[in-house]
Amino acid sequence: MKQGTIRQILLLTDGCSNNGEDPSAMAVLAREQGITVNVIGIIDEDASNQRGLHEIDQIALSGGGISQTVYATQLSHTVQMVTRQAMTQTLQGVVNEQLKKILHKETDLEALPPDTRGEVMEVVDELGETANLEVLILVDTSASMASKLPTVKEALLDLSLSLNARMGSNLFSLSIFPGKRKETEQLIDWTPTLESLPAVFSKLSPGGLTPTGPAIREAISKFKGKRHKKGWLPTDDEYIEKSV
Amino acid sequence: MTNTSKNLFNVSRGTVIHGKWKKQTYLVERKIGQGATGTVYLVNGADGEAALKFSQPLSITSEINVLKAFAKVRGSSLGPSLLDADDWENGGSVYSFYVMEYIKGPTLTDFIKARGPSWIGVLLLQLLENLHALHEEGWVFGDLKPDNLIVSGPPFALRCVDVGGTTKIGRSVKEYTEFFDRGYWRAGSRKAEPSYDLFAAAMVAVNLVYPERFLRDGTGSRQLILKVKQKQELRAYAPVLVKALQGEYASAQEMREELLEALGAASHESRKPSSRPSHSVKNNGRTARRRQQKKEKQLFGLASVLGTAVLYVLYILTEVLM
Repeated sequence: MKQGTIRQILLLTDGCSNNGEDPSAMAVLAREQGITVNVIGIIDEDASNQRGLHEIDQIALSGGGISQTVYATQLSHTVQMVTRQAMTQTLQGVVNEQLKKILHKETDLEALPPDTRGEVMEVVDELGETANLEVLILVDTSASMASKLPTVKEALLDLSLSLNARMGSNLFSLSIFPGKRKETEQLIDWTPTLESLPAVFSKLSPGGLTPTGPAIREAISKFKGKRHKKGWLPTDDEYIEKSV
Repeated sequence: MTNTSKNLFNVSRGTVIHGKWKKQTYLVERKIGQGATGTVYLVNGADGEAALKFSQPLSITSEINVLKAFAKVRGSSLGPSLLDADDWENGGSVYSFYVMEYIKGPTLTDFIKARGPSWIGVLLLQLLENLHALHEEGWVFGDLKPDNLIVSGPPFALRCVDVGGTTKIGRSVKEYTEFFDRGYWRAGSRKAEPSYDLFAAAMVAVNLVYPERFLRDGTGSRQLILKVKQKQELRAYAPVLVKALQGEYASAQEMREELLEALGAASHESRKPSSRPSHSVKNNGRTARRRQQKKEKQLFGLASVLGTAVLYVLYILTEVLM
């Protein structure tokens, strides 16, 4: 069976965008092109930022993804869970569509008796395990994120570890915003593992505005551009083996 | 979070839950557990006491699949048996639930606290036996930790109340707890294979002697090995734990056999006379013992000389005074 590819943007931020397009609108734009936007809001133990939290939920809602706000200490577990759940959600969407076609009526998983639901769920699990996954990680490196970046690094390494235990292939890419000269800067091009992450993170110098909207717009184009490149296709065995 | 892990399940005592598909009814007694994935209630059904879990329909479906798989594992009583799975329609909403056997008893943590660390090795043996049966059927347990393990009985048997992390061998482990996860310690992958569970089983023992747990310091399994060696309670079978932490066991059976041997040797050792006198005896064996005997003889001689001297002085004194 030929496996499909799930495309996700994973946005890690601590609060409010203050520059450029509305990030929720950009998340809709991503969703229209089959890319899910998941948002993880990293908050300080002492402060709560209502506007920031609202924006985080809105972006994920618009981007068909999942959002969660966490304290920096719980980040690792959350990042991998959100990514997983978003995959499952996407696959469920696909399976639900198929069910509607087969059953010729408006029905979804919840409307089936538990036993049948179990069989369908088994298919979704299987797909989640074997599907190819492309995750573009978008990290907010504005001034307020400085103290959280070491935790973000650990969480992303952990994500790579988790996803590479799957049977399907993975491609990761890392961009930060704001960049040195532009709104967004790509630090790691599409790669099956995030081994180069610690070196890249050690050179970061957080600061500047938070152009979340433009960063999402830019991220979408990274998915498009990649398709023209040679050598990324999952049929390239040697390339895939490295990711295992 | 926008769509998961919000616990909207709050059912009060006395509520009657009707199954939509299979028409079973359950009377809610009390809440017995609440976690990230759902809420568990003690209920009374047609067949008596049972545990009923509400959760998101999709995560619950996966759990039911796992419980069904557990039922097929012969020779393992690790998980609770599944009794029913259904939906409950209430106030315009549909809630998915399943009903399982109610397992009574303290958690492994509380059990060890009450009865002492000498039970750790024995219960670990039981755990490994159960894990072996599960692995043979093509599954790994995944989210193994003392809070999820219940000691039922007597006769004491180790049971597990949360099977949400159970994964088919060869897939990736999705649910885990950092302290017990070899990925967190950078000691291996999150691929579901027997050695993943064996690492977690060793960490269960570690957690029982370090109830506060500890954070990683970046040195990987070296840190864990050091922690194991620092605890007297684990000394008898520390080499077994160390091997498990380094992923050197291919099967639970293999680890169990070595643990059994280590525990047997340990109890044999404790039966030997435990008096251990001075260093010289330990170091030099027979000659030292002989030397000591000689010294004792000399002391005895000295004492008798002194004794006679004292008696003689007393005799003279009495003579003079009279």
